[in-house]
Amino acid sequence: MAEFWDGYLWPTIWTVIKIVAIVVPVLLSVAYLTLAERKVIGSMHMRRGPNVVGPFGLLQPMADGLKLFLKEIIIPSGASRGVFIIAPMMTLTLALIAWAVIPFSKDLVLSDLNVGILYLFAVSGLGVYGILMAGWASNSKYAFLGSLRCAAQMVSYEVSMGFIIITVLLCVGSLNLNDIIEAQRGMWFIFPLFPMGVMFFISTVAETNRHPFDLPEAEAELVGGYNVEYGGMAFALFFLGEYANMIMMAGLTSVLFLGGWLAPFGMDFIPGPIWLILKICFLLFIFIWLRAAYPRYRYDQLMRLGWKVFLPLSLVGVVVTAGVLVAFDLAPVIQ
Amino acid sequence: MSILDRTARAFFLWELLQGLAITFRYMFKQKVTLNYPFEKGPLSPRFRGEHALRRYPDGEERCIACKLCEAICPAQAITIEVQACDDGARRTSRYDIDMTKCIYCGFCQEACPVDAIVEGPNFEYATETREELMYDKSKLLANGERWETELAARISLDAPYR
Repeated sequence: MAEFWDGYLWPTIWTVIKIVAIVVPVLLSVAYLTLAERKVIGSMHMRRGPNVVGPFGLLQPMADGLKLFLKEIIIPSGASRGVFIIAPMMTLTLALIAWAVIPFSKDLVLSDLNVGILYLFAVSGLGVYGILMAGWASNSKYAFLGSLRCAAQMVSYEVSMGFIIITVLLCVGSLNLNDIIEAQRGMWFIFPLFPMGVMFFISTVAETNRHPFDLPEAEAELVGGYNVEYGGMAFALFFLGEYANMIMMAGLTSVLFLGGWLAPFGMDFIPGPIWLILKICFLLFIFIWLRAAYPRYRYDQLMRLGWKVFLPLSLVGVVVTAGVLVAFDLAPVIQ
Repeated sequence: MSILDRTARAFFLWELLQGLAITFRYMFKQKVTLNYPFEKGPLSPRFRGEHALRRYPDGEERCIACKLCEAICPAQAITIEVQACDDGARRTSRYDIDMTKCIYCGFCQEACPVDAIVEGPNFEYATETREELMYDKSKLLANGERWETELAARISLDAPYR
């Protein structure tokens, strides 16, 4: 019995506790990210934003969540029911499972995978399936067009993201996220790889279907795109998934280019997780800022940017980085 | 040289960064919106809101059942029925306005020869059911009693221009 407890039961319970300890703060921050977005964009438009529910509108996400939770989920008669229901769940699940490998400090990581970056890349690639399934199952032309756009967009930008990740890996020599962060102890990669970092961030904006690349849900032409047929909690799951993806991508960018949990200027007295959260908040602010500043791209411009600008530039980046590493004998030694 | 200049600007996202800087500056500017339910904007005396039926100061109904408002109403939202009264006065026995049909054009108050039907300053009368928006005579008279001070003030303010 003791063997069963020590060998199987306790590790399972302990893992579940750790998962809850990651997922609950992520979902809470998703809720407050929506409030922050409305407040920040409101300020940038010289509006007030939500300020009635609770002090400074701090309970607004709860009110929104309650409203969506109590609403009826309508399934269109032409939709294929199973896929229609599974799609939003899949979107949210995929946005959440990516957190398994993000290190919050040297030891604070749910699963210290030695191919962590590959796992993250795979999960974010799977993210397109939720949206594709939603568009397909809705049996509506707008939803279908939205999901087609989404698929094309995510595939195009994943290519250049892949190359940019390769440049980082060339400098590190490991696929483990903690190793990537440790390699930035001297200098964050955003400085030596500056153009790549900016391109990576812009690609993540496109990858999460955020402004100015939010063509899959372009409300002006596609009346909401892939989620046009969804309502109530099913819609809320898409919404949560999109914002959880934003946070995840901000986390990935800060791990790859901003040194993850490393403290800048030797300010080690503030613990690592707080630095990671601050960096994620900074990147999320830029996500929101972009939304307030720019109009939506046209679809062919989006594709041109992806294939004709980012792909060649990131390829050049890989070649130049590799060349410099070899020429100056800086390449990391792999044991 | 200008080509080089333009390429450099495009490559360093110069215009995009300028746009971001502008939005960032605007973030700290004074807000221009009203804190609505607690703070309201000014209304012109000609503002056309919720309807009301007025009375004379002695309590007599102003409406003489001439049906001009019913006739002019472009949305046909007004329904009036007349009944001869014992004291010989013309009064309406029924005065209904379907507020879901009304387009708030103000023709009824323009047509009224005795300033009986007026559109008041109130625009916050949303209801939970559609039926509550089918106003009858008692509701309109109650509105008149509730808003009379303001209605009279608005009419006197607008009188010089009529």
